[in-house]
Amino acid sequence: MKKTNKLLLGLTALLLISTTITSCRGDSKSDKPQELGSKPDISAWEMENGFGMVKTKLNLPPINPELAKKGEKLFESKCASCHKLDEKYAGPAQRDVLRRISPEFFINMVINPDENIEKHPHIKELLGIYMLKMTNQNVNFNDARQILEYFRLLESELPSKTN
Amino acid sequence: MNSTYIRMITVAVVIIASVFLVHNGCQQSKDLISGDVAQQVYVKPGTYDDFYLFTSGGFSGQVGVYGLPSGRLFRVIPVFSQDAERAWGYSEETKPMFMTSYGSVPWDDAHHPKISQTDGIADGRWLFINGNNTPRVARIDLTTFTTAEIIEIPNSGGNHGSPFITENTEYVVASTRFSVPIPNRDVAINSYKENFKGTISFIKVDNDGKMNVEFQVLVPGFHYDLAHSGKGPSHGWAFFTSYNSEQANTLLEVNASQNDKDFIAAVNWKKAEEYIKQGKFKTFTTEYYRNYFDKKKHTGVSEKKTEVKVLIPSECPGLVYYIPTPKSPHGVDVDPSGEYIAAGGKLAAVIPVHSFSKIIKAIENKDFETSIDGIPVLKYESVVAGEVKDVGLGPLHTEFDNEGFGYTSSFISSEIVKWKIGTWEVVDRIPAYYSIGHLCIPGGDTKKPWGKYVIALNKITKDRYLPTGPELTQSAQLIDISGEKMKLLLDFPTIGEPHYAQAIPADIIMKNSKKIYPIEENMHQYAVKAEKETRVVRDGNIVRVYMSTIRTHFVPDNIEGIKVGDVVYFHVTNLEQDWDIPHGFAVKGANNSELLIMPGATETLKWEPKREGVYPFYCTDFCSALHQEMQGYIRVSGKDSSVPLSWNTGK
Repeated sequence: MKKTNKLLLGLTALLLISTTITSCRGDSKSDKPQELGSKPDISAWEMENGFGMVKTKLNLPPINPELAKKGEKLFESKCASCHKLDEKYAGPAQRDVLRRISPEFFINMVINPDENIEKHPHIKELLGIYMLKMTNQNVNFNDARQILEYFRLLESELPSKTN
Repeated sequence: MNSTYIRMITVAVVIIASVFLVHNGCQQSKDLISGDVAQQVYVKPGTYDDFYLFTSGGFSGQVGVYGLPSGRLFRVIPVFSQDAERAWGYSEETKPMFMTSYGSVPWDDAHHPKISQTDGIADGRWLFINGNNTPRVARIDLTTFTTAEIIEIPNSGGNHGSPFITENTEYVVASTRFSVPIPNRDVAINSYKENFKGTISFIKVDNDGKMNVEFQVLVPGFHYDLAHSGKGPSHGWAFFTSYNSEQANTLLEVNASQNDKDFIAAVNWKKAEEYIKQGKFKTFTTEYYRNYFDKKKHTGVSEKKTEVKVLIPSECPGLVYYIPTPKSPHGVDVDPSGEYIAAGGKLAAVIPVHSFSKIIKAIENKDFETSIDGIPVLKYESVVAGEVKDVGLGPLHTEFDNEGFGYTSSFISSEIVKWKIGTWEVVDRIPAYYSIGHLCIPGGDTKKPWGKYVIALNKITKDRYLPTGPELTQSAQLIDISGEKMKLLLDFPTIGEPHYAQAIPADIIMKNSKKIYPIEENMHQYAVKAEKETRVVRDGNIVRVYMSTIRTHFVPDNIEGIKVGDVVYFHVTNLEQDWDIPHGFAVKGANNSELLIMPGATETLKWEPKREGVYPFYCTDFCSALHQEMQGYIRVSGKDSSVPLSWNTGK
């Protein structure tokens, strides 16, 4: 008997309070939920060359050793904290980077890491391995072009590709 | 059984009553919402506020940065007080910023933030703020939201009336709140009338923001309270309120409230420049410091100064005039047109508003009632344009909107009173909770008020917030002034005392906000530009660790060969060039603070290990998924140990 009474009281209270709360909500706006899980489109060009300011194939002249020297310096100050040439470090070893990706992708990735991390399946994969997003080191096109030259030089010194 | 029933009925009554209360509360908030109040202050997640609001932290010594209309706190900028979070005043680079003629003074009472101006309009380059206690003015760089410079004011007994700026930021002014013997010396306090003087200082600001105490004006020993510079027609003049024209030196509460009128000092600074050019100044020997933060070297520098030029009004006719103003006036505020000068007659029942053109006419006509130490006193009736009556009790400060209205804060009656320029009639009033001091309208003391809001800067909150022990939060209130009637929108808590504030449209500041310090421009003496430059260098018992950080490691992260008795300097350079990626550096047992190093910057922590052992150090600012791994060890050996100095990372 007592228990039933208490239960009733409790229920009444609950009902009253919940009505009040509901009635208070009135005119709250609901935002459109963002679409989740939608795959970003990626073109064949982007697959090969990444996302960024380089949108056509670069017409690269023969390797310029002076430019490469400048690129080496930039690499040491802006990249070498995480990338070594021959060992896996905070990021992948880089000596043969141009055997793995196109020069265009190289520049796009150096200048614009965030978008590539977000959209490019290969880069996403790397994130899964290294658990570290490549940092945006505020590199402009000219600097990236010089760093590219350094890696073109390194690539030319590698044993030739065997098919 | 009976008692159970009684209990049950009681419970039921309580429930029903509380439900009614909830209903009533709900009704109240609905009433507020019906005016779209909530919508007016709601800034949707991920979107920006319309205005920046810079509030002084009062006795906290810092500056708070808020967004309006949301009232959200974004940042506390360390200025006059040490801040262990950012190593402000703890790192070797920032210690010089606190230097004064009294040695290092790691605290002050920050009162009046002022945004720099171009052509009388807030331009968002710098924010100036005064240190009230040990007289100083600081300049904050609004591209980095950091304190760039702190200059000490010589010959001052407390820098309250400061740092009000001229139309093109030619000068920042300062006036001594407490008159003191000048130069300061050992005299009897009751020799006040004979020995005590005031000074009004003009600090020149050059194009890069560099400050210099260009000249001072020696004035009678009243207390100089607040100031504003002229604009438009009154550009070239600055106005300073004074109280204690009685020259009391004890129980000022009573003794400085005797005279019906005190004075506004009107200073013609263009005239002062002429007198300086003509060499009509005296050179006073004194001591003060200018401390600035060298942006390229990421290092603070202290400069000692020993002289200042002083103008004596009796020798420089036309330099200063006194305008009688009732009664112990506090604020002195110039309207957007530059013609009207409103004084908060703290103990008066009216706001006297002076007319600049009448002042000039009275000066031409030599309409003087007397003179004090060679300073002509103009006749009140000749210069007053009108009196705003019924302004409440204890009117303090006035700001202006863009539609010809003044808004005055009244401290004792705790309200804002809106009145019309020209007719001087009160058109609206709204209570402030509680005890309003200053108030702020975006651009409200410039030629171009942006209007829209007035922010009440209150001294007391009492019952407005959840209690937090004997001390309650300080607070500001956002009031909509876009309509005919003022409308309270929001209470929001503030750091320290929100003494005064400045607000400016967000886009003016945002577009110049820096994201990183370019590493190639870092000229710090102990910077490293690449990991391969990192090293540890011993010179006697001084050990310098040239260290780098990047996600997610220190180089070096293993250091051996440190001995008890060594003085170790960790010079840490953050090699990141990415926005919003500072790294922290903390080492066990440090007697100072952590470091928080911005991308591309170098900072130094001094560490004196006292016991042998191995000490961890680590990054304090969560920087990546491997942040927890961002750590290192430093081995400390005995005084006579032969452990060689060595360092590495990843070996």
